[in-house]
Amino acid sequence: MSERAQLHPMEGTLSWRLFGPRSDAQARESWYSGEGVALKREAVERLTLYIGAGTCGLGAGAGETLKAVKREIKARGIEADIIEVGCVGLCSAEPILDAQRPGQPRVSFAHVTHDKVKPILDALLDRDQLYGEVLGQYDAPPSTPPRRDALPISVHPFFRAQHRRVLSRCGIIDPVDIHAYIAHGGFRALADTIHQRTPEEACEAVIESGLRGRGGGGFPTGVKWRFALKEGADQKYLICNADEGDPGAFMDRAVIEGDPYRLIEGMALAAYAIGATKAYVYIRAEYPLAIARLRRALDQARAWGLLGANIMDSGFDLDVYVKEGAGAFVCGEETALIHSIEGKRGMPRPRPPFPASRGLFNCPTIINNVETLANLPDILPDRAAEMAALGTASSKGTKVFALSGKVKHTGLVEVEMGTTVRQIVMEIGGGCPNGKAFKAAQIGGPSGGCIPTQHLDIEVDYESLKTVGAMMGSGGLVVMDEDTCMVDVAKFFMDFIQRESCGKCIPCREGTRRMLEILEQITRRRGQEGGFDALHRMQGVAQLEKLAGVIADTSLCGLGQSAPSPVLSTLRFFRDEYEAHVFERRCPAGACEALKRYSIIEEACVGCTLCKKACPTDAILGSRKNPHYIIEERCIGCGACLDACRLDAVAVAR
Amino acid sequence: MTDAVQAVLEGYPQARRDALIPILQAVQAKEGYLSTEAVIAVGQHLKLPTSKIYGVATFYNQFRLTPPGRHHVQVCRGTACHVKGSAAVLSGIQRALKIEPDQTSKDGEYSLEVVACIGACGLAPVVAIDGAFFGDVKAEDAAALLARAREMEVGDE
Repeated sequence: MSERAQLHPMEGTLSWRLFGPRSDAQARESWYSGEGVALKREAVERLTLYIGAGTCGLGAGAGETLKAVKREIKARGIEADIIEVGCVGLCSAEPILDAQRPGQPRVSFAHVTHDKVKPILDALLDRDQLYGEVLGQYDAPPSTPPRRDALPISVHPFFRAQHRRVLSRCGIIDPVDIHAYIAHGGFRALADTIHQRTPEEACEAVIESGLRGRGGGGFPTGVKWRFALKEGADQKYLICNADEGDPGAFMDRAVIEGDPYRLIEGMALAAYAIGATKAYVYIRAEYPLAIARLRRALDQARAWGLLGANIMDSGFDLDVYVKEGAGAFVCGEETALIHSIEGKRGMPRPRPPFPASRGLFNCPTIINNVETLANLPDILPDRAAEMAALGTASSKGTKVFALSGKVKHTGLVEVEMGTTVRQIVMEIGGGCPNGKAFKAAQIGGPSGGCIPTQHLDIEVDYESLKTVGAMMGSGGLVVMDEDTCMVDVAKFFMDFIQRESCGKCIPCREGTRRMLEILEQITRRRGQEGGFDALHRMQGVAQLEKLAGVIADTSLCGLGQSAPSPVLSTLRFFRDEYEAHVFERRCPAGACEALKRYSIIEEACVGCTLCKKACPTDAILGSRKNPHYIIEERCIGCGACLDACRLDAVAVAR
Repeated sequence: MTDAVQAVLEGYPQARRDALIPILQAVQAKEGYLSTEAVIAVGQHLKLPTSKIYGVATFYNQFRLTPPGRHHVQVCRGTACHVKGSAAVLSGIQRALKIEPDQTSKDGEYSLEVVACIGACGLAPVVAIDGAFFGDVKAEDAAALLARAREMEVGDE
């Protein structure tokens, strides 16, 4: 074979110069300080507009905003770069538009619906003024003076207490432009690790960093890797779990939509450390935008030689495939996920053998969550100590939470481990809107629990959350206020779990259904009871806790074992609400529709018959121009009469 | 078997079992649902019993065995949406369409689906119509929203 044929296909390219085996520090630095600066867009040469076009941005109307921006730029006849970025994390402020003029810092505007685009651009371009709701200005290089009429975005209450590592570039950079990622230092960790570190050293570094699984389990990532590394199989697999079935969690989606290369680099690092040459991303089909961006990013990475055969002449091969999940919560469980990729029903199997020794197609397999993998570019090859310095004794680094529910600022929050839940909810989230009182924060989704007011000062840490019956989970954090009924929340989760139970083991399949039935009985109207229903209801209440214990102890997989948590947790802290439902047949929060009692205020009713027409069960009697009356036995508590009445003549008793 | 199903299967020559879910997803993307004929055809193509295909198709929430309406309405019932009143939104839509979840209206215009979480919790409660997301929906907006979705389609044509 001639010497020419042995040349690496990337020889001579930019990718090779930056990441090849002989790339020297000087050549790299000159690129980063030269071309790289422009690609980072810290300073721009012409007007640049960034639109938050993640799923939440688009849901809030960013599509229309984008059209309006393009129209406006065309009408003005000016040149501008319009960039669709991912989500910066503050969903409640979407659509977000950032504008950056040459010689000025980037300024971020909130709630930019299509009609606000023109006034904002008019003010900025014609009068150099800021119009509308300004979130803040980004830090600019020293040569650019900061604006005097805007605060730095880092002091915005939502961002101030955050410590962004995984999300550091989400919503800032163009997610599908590999140049932007590289200019921000991307793929250096991969290049340095595969050229300068052995897989053992990579595992060591991750153990040293203290990184634990961010998908919920909290198992030390490096330790798990070492199990797989020690297996002497010909073929090993890495799977990235991006199934994110936990209702109330969306951080994986945001990372993939906003910074997909970060995940790809993290996957390549993990695959190198365990000796895998094939990797899968198992991603929810419900995330079409994330899938599209990920596929595009993968194509780019392949074209740059950062994936494929003999990556940068290191002898390390890696192919990444995207597998779309088909919607099953249980597929978050490792063995069920493997079955799903193999084309079977996603049912778990007993462990051991653990996937690290016998997993996908019977080969050693490591499954890591998106956030876990996205942490790696900031750990390898030599930054483990940086991460180990953050957090608490047993939980290191940062954690991303998806903050939603009854809270002013909803969105993605990344905080250092050890931050209190109070800080996240009250400071970053801004507390409950409309002056309502905070009741609880639900953490960890269907496997987690509720944190009531008296425990708000608990630190975010794998172990301390368990002491109050909650768990870290994947990071969904749903805030509930005084109008939320905790029995209803428990019922909601049981309904979810019993539908998602795969049906393989009896405690989970039958037990969760029985628990749901008990909860349904106590939130049902007495008028709908007959025979021994009342007796069954009391029996059920007496056995709810016992049943929960049996399900937790005897279920096959994590889904079943943690299934009773929402009920146990609400029972522990909100027993009084259960008692009100059971003994007084009323819902203190006024959320359980069937327990509401409706009546018509005779003095206020003019007999317009609107309520009578709206009633689905013919429970309302009365003739035109005479006050109406509700028959309680027939009423199902739907509230249709209340909505229909224009005179406030329908009264509700909680 | 329709040509669309045939075309999908031709895209997976010598496929093994691990191609089953991608094949079913591709068939559903083309046809809107999995017909009995399609399920049988996929089984023959993969040399697997029809029962196995059916087992997988019924296990996962994504697969539908009945044709969807011209507009597919998805109501998110995630935790955040629930806390913010998605149950009322769902019943509002049910009342407006006069159908239950997983049904298609008589005129074939709308089908309704309840999804566990579409991952836009920051905008709760969320409804997606033909893949377009609508945030902060209120029960009383349901009818207007459906009408708007219909208009949008007219506008696009």
